[in-house]
Amino acid sequence: MPLVDSSAAAVERVFREEYGRVVAAMASWTRDLSLAEEAVQDAFAVALETWPGQGIPNNPAAWITTTGRRKVIDRLRRDRTLERKYEHLVQEDTVDEQWLEDEQIPDERLGLIFACCHPTLAREVQVTLTLRMLGGLTVPEIARAFLVPEATVAKRITRAKQKIRDAGIPFDTPAPARLPDRLDTVLLVIYLIFNEGYSATAGDALVRRELCAEAIRLGSVMSALMPDEPEVLGLTALMLLHDARRGARVSPDGRIVLLEDQDRTLWDREQIERGTALLDRAVRYRAPGQYQLQAAIAALHALAERPEETEWEEIAALYGRLAQINPNAVVRLNAAVAVAMAEGPDAGLELLADEELAGELDDYMPFHAARADLLRRAGRTGEAVSAYERARELASNALETAYFDERLAALQ
Amino acid sequence: MRYAFLLYYDESASPEPGSPELDERIAAYGAFTEEVQKSGAFQAGEALQNTATATVVRAGGNGSPLTTDGPFAETKEQLGGFYILECANLDEAVELAAKIPAASHGSVEVRPIWDVR
Repeated sequence: MPLVDSSAAAVERVFREEYGRVVAAMASWTRDLSLAEEAVQDAFAVALETWPGQGIPNNPAAWITTTGRRKVIDRLRRDRTLERKYEHLVQEDTVDEQWLEDEQIPDERLGLIFACCHPTLAREVQVTLTLRMLGGLTVPEIARAFLVPEATVAKRITRAKQKIRDAGIPFDTPAPARLPDRLDTVLLVIYLIFNEGYSATAGDALVRRELCAEAIRLGSVMSALMPDEPEVLGLTALMLLHDARRGARVSPDGRIVLLEDQDRTLWDREQIERGTALLDRAVRYRAPGQYQLQAAIAALHALAERPEETEWEEIAALYGRLAQINPNAVVRLNAAVAVAMAEGPDAGLELLADEELAGELDDYMPFHAARADLLRRAGRTGEAVSAYERARELASNALETAYFDERLAALQ
Repeated sequence: MRYAFLLYYDESASPEPGSPELDERIAAYGAFTEEVQKSGAFQAGEALQNTATATVVRAGGNGSPLTTDGPFAETKEQLGGFYILECANLDEAVELAAKIPAASHGSVEVRPIWDVR
């Protein structure tokens, strides 16, 4: 065995990295997430005892899986009721010793993620279960990230594990006819995890960064396992490109810095390159989707070294296509802003004048803020003042209120 | 796996006896039943008389049962029938449930059968 760092901390790190893979392998065997998790935890306890002395094995995932299988069989042998229930597991008792060292265990994570994101589970359950099972996040970590009590998270997980086992939720990649819908759900869950870490400004910054990292990791795993699904690649590219701006998004005193005011030297160039490379791969399939389009918009922003070099015409065209696929009001607002940047404020204002759109976004602060900004630039000062006042009414925190006060003062 | 499909709908909004709408509905259920019989999924399935005919029973303390006339539950939808169907997994069960007419004129609750051996 190689002599690497095998301290308890290193063991924990390996465990965390391999958690999803190992739980997936165990779950595809037991068809029971509770049994799988317990076995993995038992195996981890053995690893903590033996690895620091003997070193970390070449293939830790295989080691943990083999040890976990033995633990399951031991447990079934001790408990007659359990044994009857899981007869099929005990019969195929020949645990392959070969697995112990160098063999790769089969990657069953796709089946596990499709089970965790099954449409018959509530959205918050899908998110919680995915973070717990695939990401190996602990109950307290998930509770802190979503600002919910630990007991709530624990109950959600227990209930979901029972439903998956007893209601016959399959651990498989769905059949082709079902795949598009099911994949949409998985991607949405991953994107929700990312946004929870990226958008919210409240809560523990470290935990939030962890959520973004976890979402990107899940996207990367999906991209490796479904390399021919362009939207999987598109979503992963989108998250990489957004996350690359993390360092420039908040000022040292904790204020949100708008895209045009960000110090672009703080953007993570290496991550931008990874994102654009993935996006390039995705667009070769010529099957555009909402994540690829959003990633393309993010890439155009990321590639502009200065705000005035932004290719607004292309961005406006991409938003137009996005609005066709996903005709929601916020997408149309973004499209109008991009058009304004490309063609001038009047063109954008014309799009925002649409009565249906204005009605739908009447309670949406960014709508009034964007409209106010365009009115100001068009020289329609009186209207700009009332739009800023409306935005100020809808502001949700002191920083936003202060921002609009500043804007109003500048106009008077 | 076997699943119970519990059919709920607002019985007060059901078509009148003898109306063409009722004939249509009965034919739709007949077509679904035939489909699951042909596929081999069918184990059992019945329609229930409406809740006006129901009696709720609880065991009395001294051996004689306590009965109540009807469930009188203040719910909008009532249990109106059921199927027991064999399905490979929940995906298949959900797809079948969506084809049951009650999924259109009410709702269908899918519950796995607990195999108490």
